[in-house]
This record gives sequence, C-alpha cells and structure tokens, in this order.
Amino acid sequence: MSDTKKKETFGRTVGFVFVICLVCAALVSISAVGLKPLQTANKLLDKQTKILETAGLLELAGDDIVATYEKFVDAKMIDLATGKVVEGDVKTFEERADARDVAKSSKPENDIAGLNRRADKAVVYLVKDEQGKVTTIVLPIVGSGLWDLMYGFIGLESDLNTVKSVIYSDLKETPGLGAEVLNPKWKALWPGKKMFDEQGNIAIEIVKGGAKAGNVHGVDALSGATLTSNGVERTLHFWLGEEGYGPFITNYRAGGLN
Amino acid sequence: MATDTKKVLFGPVIDNNPIALQVLGVCSALAVTSSLANALVMTVAVMLVTGFSNLFISLIRNQIPSSVRIIVQMVIIASLVILVDQVLKAFSYQLSKELSVFIGLIITNCIVMGRAEAFAMKEKPGVSFLDGIGNGLGYGAVLMVVAFFRELFGFGTLFGFEVFTLTQNGGWYQGNGLLVLPFSSFFIIGLIIWAIRQYKPEQVEKD
Repeated sequence: MSDTKKKETFGRTVGFVFVICLVCAALVSISAVGLKPLQTANKLLDKQTKILETAGLLELAGDDIVATYEKFVDAKMIDLATGKVVEGDVKTFEERADARDVAKSSKPENDIAGLNRRADKAVVYLVKDEQGKVTTIVLPIVGSGLWDLMYGFIGLESDLNTVKSVIYSDLKETPGLGAEVLNPKWKALWPGKKMFDEQGNIAIEIVKGGAKAGNVHGVDALSGATLTSNGVERTLHFWLGEEGYGPFITNYRAGGLN
Repeated sequence: MATDTKKVLFGPVIDNNPIALQVLGVCSALAVTSSLANALVMTVAVMLVTGFSNLFISLIRNQIPSSVRIIVQMVIIASLVILVDQVLKAFSYQLSKELSVFIGLIITNCIVMGRAEAFAMKEKPGVSFLDGIGNGLGYGAVLMVVAFFRELFGFGTLFGFEVFTLTQNGGWYQGNGLLVLPFSSFFIIGLIIWAIRQYKPEQVEKD
C-alpha cells in the first residue's frame, strides 16, 4: 500500500487512537445509559419474583408479578438494632451497598454467619391476604456458604416461628452439591418447621444423615455439602438472633408495628 | 465464490476448529459448559463478538497504524463485549446473573483476538465477518458437545429438562460428580480432538 509510510507518523497514530476511543466510548455509554431502565426493571422483577416465591404466591401471580407484588406485599424499612420501622426508600435500598459502607453498617459481635459487616437497616416484607391481614413475613438473609456469601429470603408465618419457605436467590455454591439448596425437594422440607422452641430459643438445625420424623426443628442436611449446610444453619441462627431480626421479632410480636 | 463462502463459514466447525485444531479459547470452554443453556448463550455471544469485531477491524484495516494495532483491536473487542453484556442484562437477567463473569472474559478469549489479527487485518470486511461468525460456530460446536455430555451425565438433564431422574430426586441415576466440575471438560475436549483427528488424520501434528 502506498500510504504505509504515512500511517506511521506520530500525530496520525495518536489521532487515530483518539478517534477510535471516542467512537467506542460513545457506543458503550449510549448502550449503558439507554439500557439502564430495562436493567433496573429486570433486577427489581427478579427480586419481587423471589419474594412472591418465598411467600408462596408465585403460582397465584402467574405472569403478573408486578401487580401481584403491589397488591399483596408491603415493604417496610427497619432499623435492625431497635427492630422499629424507620423512614427510608425501600425501593432504592441496597443491602449489599449498605453492608460495604462503614457509615451504614457495623461489625457483628458474634459473626457466626461470616458476614464481616452487616447493614444497619433492612427491608422486611409483610405479605397480606385478600382481607389485608398479614399472613407471611419475608425476611432477607445472607450468610457464608462454602465459596461465598449466599443471599436469600425466609418466609415465616405471622407467629414469626413457623417456616413457610427458605429460598436462596443468589449463590456461588458447587453445582450438584451445595447448590442443591435450590433443589425443590430440599426446599419442600422447610414448610411447617419451627424456628424457635417453646422457651423461645433458636432451635432450627440442619441434621446430618437426615432429621427424624416428627422433629419440627430439624431439616435434612445436603449430602456432600457439609459446609453449605452449616452455612445455612449459621445464617438462620444469626438472622433470628439479637444481631439479626431478634429485636424486630420481639417488637412485631408485641404489636409494635401497628 | 459460493464454495469459498461456505469454506470460510463452516470450515472452522471441523476442518479448522478454533478449539480442536488451533487450541484457542479452551479456558472459557471449561467454565460455561455445565449446562447447554449457558453454552448456547456463550456461543451466540462469542459468535456476535468475533463476527462484528472482525467486520469493524477489517473496515479500518488500512487505516490502523501497525504500531498500535493490537491495542486498537482490543478497544473494539472490549467495547463489543460490554455491549453484549449490557444487552444480556437488559433482556435476559437470569442468564446474565450466571454468565456475566464469563461474558466479560470474552475479551480475553484468544479466538477473538486471533481471528482479528490473523484474518481481519488482511481480508475484506464481508469475508472477515463470515470468518468471525464461522469461528464462533466452531467454538460453539465444541461447547455444545461438551455441555451435552456434562449436563446429561452430571445432572441428568438436557436444557434443564429431566432425562435421567437423579437419586436425590428419588430416581435411579447417580449424577457424575466429576462432570459437574469445570475441569472435567479437559477430558471431553481431549476426546473430541482425538475423534476429529481420527476422522481427519491430516490435522495430526508431525513430531
């Protein structure tokens, strides 16, 4: 090519790189900004789907997740230390962002769930029936599994003791082993279990080798996934305890939300 | 011309397969092949990125100063990969949650750079585009075969549909724990390379 020499001058090279960068940067920014609303909507939809699944309303919702969510779910922001409802935008609340922010999180004294930092606030979801009576309370949980933090939700009946479901939404456990927490068969073990014993102590446990029939506090461990199973148990113990939703549970039972 | 086009487009599937013959892009072939659905999305993503990066690089191949050509290729490839990732996040959130890390890593997939440098820098845009799509196809073909075996024998499913009922779900099939883990792909890719070279002995390297 005749212009081979020309294209190697310093100015031309710099100019060329500049133009390419400009074009590519414009392309990337346009796509990022243009697709943002869709992405945010997707993320929200994913979360709402999980909450409805935890509350056992997924079948009822069918394809209309958003409308069902709006109709039955009442999200409330609480301060974990006091268990009281506080002001705050539940839509934009990001537990993960808050947990990284030193001003909005604290180090748990007894960090059995392996969180390192826990956000000071949390959003709880009161799920109502057609008459407007709260039937399920959905609480977000997070705790270490084998590889990384596992995020999920627990659904409790309005006594805040009887389990409706334990649904994990985001985890990096080994497929076929730890990731079996997503197996419908395992999830089906949870409904009806009791988190607390009669004295009000946290009694829920994951039993290796399988829980005995009639054990209302025991759920079978996952075979081949001891560390994930332990993680689930510790996560539940942490979040039901005083540094988790303990104050909220006490407050709710005393009618403090009304 | 017609045979040429066919050769450029489908040649990389068996005759000049990027994974089996050129041994490029093996890393991502290990990571995303635990299920057919993941492998399919990855295939489409890589096909689009190689196709369009080849196209754009070929369009400006006579303008690219050769001293910075790798960086320029990189910038174009990286932009396309981000674009794919953004689109996936917007239209298929569930898949992007699983694949996001690997989509980002398409940037480092040697096939994309390899085809840009080896083909698109010399050839016309149209044929470069086809070469990119073809190499994506070749890459995807291997991915799909690997994913087929891993998903079927690891999880007893195909595209998520149950084929063998696993023992943990009350069935008869004990999932193969090895195939669930990424490195098992090495064995399958090895076997694929062996099979292709049995069929096409000219691909065997001379000692």
